Amino acid sequence: MGTTLPILILAIPFAMFLILGIGGVKMSRKLAGVLGICANGTLAVLAYIVAFTYFFSGDAAFILDGVRQQVQIFDVTWLAFTERMVVNIGFLLDPICAMMLVVITTISFMVHLYSWGYMEHEPGFQRYYAFLSLFTFSMLGLVVATNIFQMYIFWELVGVSSYLLIGFFYKLPSAVAASKKAFIVTRFADLFMLIGILVLSYYVSHTPVDGPLGGASAFNFLMLNSNPGSVLASTVGATFMGGSVLTWAMIFIFVGGMGKSAMMPLHIWLPDAMEGPTPVSALIHAATMVVAGVYLVARFFPVFCIVPDSLTFITVVGAITAFYAAVVACAQIDIKRILAFSTISQIAFMMVALGCAYNEPVEGVHYSGLGYMAGMFHLFTHAMFKALLFLGAGCLIHAVHSNNYTEMGGLRKYMPICHITFLIGCLAIAGIWPFSGFFSKDEMLAAMFSRHWFWGAWMTMVAGLTAFYMFRMYYMVFWWEENPKYRESGHKPHDAPWQMSLPLILLALVSCVAGFIPFGEFVTFNGEPYHIHIETSVAATSLTVAVAAIALATVMYAKKNPLPSKIKNLWPGLWTAANRRFYWDEIYQFVTHRFIFNIICRGIAWFDRHIIDGTMDAMATVTQWCSVRIKGMQSGSIQTYVIWYFIGAVLLAAVTWICIL
Amino acid sequence: MFSNFLIWFVIVPVIMMAGLACCGNSNMKAIRTVMVVCSTVLLGMAIWLVCEFLDMRAAGDTSEMLFTGSWMWYEPLNIHLAVGVDGISVLMLLLSAIIVFAGTFASWKIDPLPKNFFLWFALLSTGVFGFFISIDMFTMFMFYEVALIPMYLLIGVWGTGRKEYSAMKLTLMLMGGSAFLMLGLLGIYWHSVPAGGVPTWNILEIAQNNAIAPSWQNLLFCFTFVGFGVLGAMFPFHTWSPDGHACAPTAVSMLHAGVLMKLGGYGCFRIAIYLLPSAAQELAWIFIILTGISIVYGAFSACVQTDLKYINAYSSVSHCGMVLFAILMLNRTAMTGGILQMLSHGLMTALFFALIGMIYGRTHTRDIRQMGGLMKIMPYLGVCYMIAGFASLGLPGMSGFVAEMTIFFGAFENGDMFHRVFVIAATCAIVITAVYILRVVGKLILGPVQDDHHLTLTDATWWERFSTATLIVCLAGIGFFPNWINETIQDSFTPIINALNMAI
Repeated sequence: MGTTLPILILAIPFAMFLILGIGGVKMSRKLAGVLGICANGTLAVLAYIVAFTYFFSGDAAFILDGVRQQVQIFDVTWLAFTERMVVNIGFLLDPICAMMLVVITTISFMVHLYSWGYMEHEPGFQRYYAFLSLFTFSMLGLVVATNIFQMYIFWELVGVSSYLLIGFFYKLPSAVAASKKAFIVTRFADLFMLIGILVLSYYVSHTPVDGPLGGASAFNFLMLNSNPGSVLASTVGATFMGGSVLTWAMIFIFVGGMGKSAMMPLHIWLPDAMEGPTPVSALIHAATMVVAGVYLVARFFPVFCIVPDSLTFITVVGAITAFYAAVVACAQIDIKRILAFSTISQIAFMMVALGCAYNEPVEGVHYSGLGYMAGMFHLFTHAMFKALLFLGAGCLIHAVHSNNYTEMGGLRKYMPICHITFLIGCLAIAGIWPFSGFFSKDEMLAAMFSRHWFWGAWMTMVAGLTAFYMFRMYYMVFWWEENPKYRESGHKPHDAPWQMSLPLILLALVSCVAGFIPFGEFVTFNGEPYHIHIETSVAATSLTVAVAAIALATVMYAKKNPLPSKIKNLWPGLWTAANRRFYWDEIYQFVTHRFIFNIICRGIAWFDRHIIDGTMDAMATVTQWCSVRIKGMQSGSIQTYVIWYFIGAVLLAAVTWICIL
Repeated sequence: MFSNFLIWFVIVPVIMMAGLACCGNSNMKAIRTVMVVCSTVLLGMAIWLVCEFLDMRAAGDTSEMLFTGSWMWYEPLNIHLAVGVDGISVLMLLLSAIIVFAGTFASWKIDPLPKNFFLWFALLSTGVFGFFISIDMFTMFMFYEVALIPMYLLIGVWGTGRKEYSAMKLTLMLMGGSAFLMLGLLGIYWHSVPAGGVPTWNILEIAQNNAIAPSWQNLLFCFTFVGFGVLGAMFPFHTWSPDGHACAPTAVSMLHAGVLMKLGGYGCFRIAIYLLPSAAQELAWIFIILTGISIVYGAFSACVQTDLKYINAYSSVSHCGMVLFAILMLNRTAMTGGILQMLSHGLMTALFFALIGMIYGRTHTRDIRQMGGLMKIMPYLGVCYMIAGFASLGLPGMSGFVAEMTIFFGAFENGDMFHRVFVIAATCAIVITAVYILRVVGKLILGPVQDDHHLTLTDATWWERFSTATLIVCLAGIGFFPNWINETIQDSFTPIINALNMAI
């Protein structure tokens, strides 16, 4: 493959950002929209061509003896820190990257199309498309990164695009606050990632020149992944607080991923990020950016594998987060928040799957890399059905002008397209055969059971919760009791225009059939194909649990009945706590505001003004005071001068006399 | 003498002053013509110098300084007017030229006494350019003072708020620093040659002689580093910076934060570290602590300020602390980062102060509590402010990111625990920076409009757009293509690193 297509894939969205960002003010809405959509359509086609070539061309560069290769299409020097430590910007093509190219450009295209209808009447339409292009550019740059530093660069850019898009309605204080929170929380996580990279850089750049990493760029993924052992070798003997340095470095790097992927305890920004326009939530906060952390773990998988402690850490964080988010999602009212927590929970699912994978054959485990494959599979299917759900939620909000399901109910009669597609999304996320979520979830659970029965059982429970809260929302929105306002106001909710419905239908189709993609043939941890087969026992268990959960939701929410409020009143404290997300935001608020802002910042500012500056001022004041005191001596009166002269002369004489004697 | 290209960097500002002197007192057209023509010429010269410099290096000229020239000035003390540039000074000249250029446009409507303002402004530029081309310590010091003195009048006459107090404070503190510096420089001069030789002020010769005894070096290092450190806003000698910046007029803030504070970093690097390498190895830790404090302390202080200029002044303390911090890491990568940070901070802070000046000129307040939603009223300025903010918090694609990363990676090369702790503390600043930048952006630029009177205000005029666009293009230029700077300044570190290695 030449370099033209890959370069275009990065250049088109960036050019669109500049064109729409700088020239947008002068453009009509229609022109901006058409430009953005066309550019993105072209981009999607190019990405498909690249992915298709990679997977199916059979070129020896891409697949050698049945093993898919990692190919560096180009890699140019961007900044040379030292001769050994060089930062490159390049394009690395491998199975996960090709998959991500497809996911990002597809969802991005759908969202561009959808936004044309959704954002039609919003001021700043051109700006919105410019930011979407910026985001697409950064995300593509992130997934094609050839080295950890390039990934970090685009990681930050993705954060900024997210900031700009969350705060798109900049006149609303809540949107501004949410965007600020998202940026600062992820920045805080990135700080750890940066420290992790620094530690790696130190050890990797101090390896012997004739070693396997010698002379090459220290961060290069090809190098790291083909010789993970040599990274370990360079840090041998270096330990810090009971863990090897590499373990700490990898955990720190993973913390960066926790920030972007909203793992506990850094999840607090994602629910607030729903302040942004809904298509943005679909693109960034459901399908693409938030899985960056999962992608990061997959990228570094060979290195994580040589420090098993870090994989355990990932599993534990993922398992806790998945459960927490699922519980919180059961007690939310805002449908976008429910979807946000469901996203957190599903991403945590992928994390656990990755944490449960091995990279070499293990006794008693049928296929050691199953977790890796399954995590990536779920990333793919989740992106599709979660984008579908978010876009569906957008249609609902568009129709009802409220985010809360309390304002909805009985909508199935008014919005049939939205209803059917949303139902497909719910079935997919609940893991019902034959929708795509079933297949990926089954593989993930199988991988978790093969690691330890506990993880399998725990995550099966989370899967049951998922089915429950999704159908709770589904019934509350589309069944329950019809909101009387629809008739009173005379403004009946109706299905959205074609620009919005078309993406829903397309994504729903994908969600129906994506499960039958033989994913293992394309993406595995070592590039060798794996034939997916359904583990009957795992599938049966998870299916039973999901169906039971849906049945429970049907009983409770299909028709208006007092059961839900009765259950709620059983443990009102629990419901409130879950509704308030177990008070994480309040804890953060307390620490940052009361402690850091009020005590540390104000303290330092006071210290600076009063102590440091006070000392400087005091020096000036003392000087001035002294000069005022002694200025009287220069009185201009001759008599005084003569007296001083005599006193001085006598004193000098006396001193001289004493000294001589 | 006049065939030497560098000398013209001092002569052009002098011509500029002469030209201004001929203008009528309120003939704005003539004054602006002189200023624009001369600052454009300076910018052109600086760009030409960079190209020529790179050509000469590419052609294989490896001498330490290029374009050298030396003319006896005062024989009894062996003072020369000696000039020469290496990669670092070339870039510093370019930075100064850019900021003088942008500053001219930013003070398009200065009032009152425009002629006098620009006269002092031109004198300040003379000092700055002279400082960067000198390689004779005495002339360097002289130009340094020439650059500092006009500050007093520029702030005292054209400033706002408690301008007399601030002008006096700034001048006194910087003069205090100069006093230390003078002692240090004299000490270096007297010990510059082995016993019996004729002492010299020439930096290259002193470095070559390497004759200063280690015990003397320690004392002189403290003098010179503190002397230059005061101008580099090193904790605890930074308090002139918030007051001074807050009261200074726009162009002066730009030039002061953009270029004058760089004099401090440049001096620390060129004199304190280069000429006193063994002391640098021995005493760097003291100043690493002080600059490390500067970085975090400045950032924390900026979080609670309500005056826009105070916020940026404290942010400057933090960023300039980073410059000195990088230089003290005593390795090539970190020092490269330090230089990048000087360029980056110069452009970014100039942009910030220009924008603040423009906003203040419209709303007549700098208190962020009284403003809000400016994006709706003046979108151009709002966007520029956000870009400046992103540059400041280290967004990739802007120069700040490149500089900070180079510093962190370089600093992490030092493997011991002491350095590690301070580097990690310094990295925390990137989060705190994000906090205070986004706090201001959220309150000032975004959000609802606070004051209905602001709704009638207008967006930027053409000269304001021109001035800010120049700076933004430069910021993004460094951010996108950092490596050419790396290549330009690479050669300049070799003698310094050699001196440091020999001193161990």
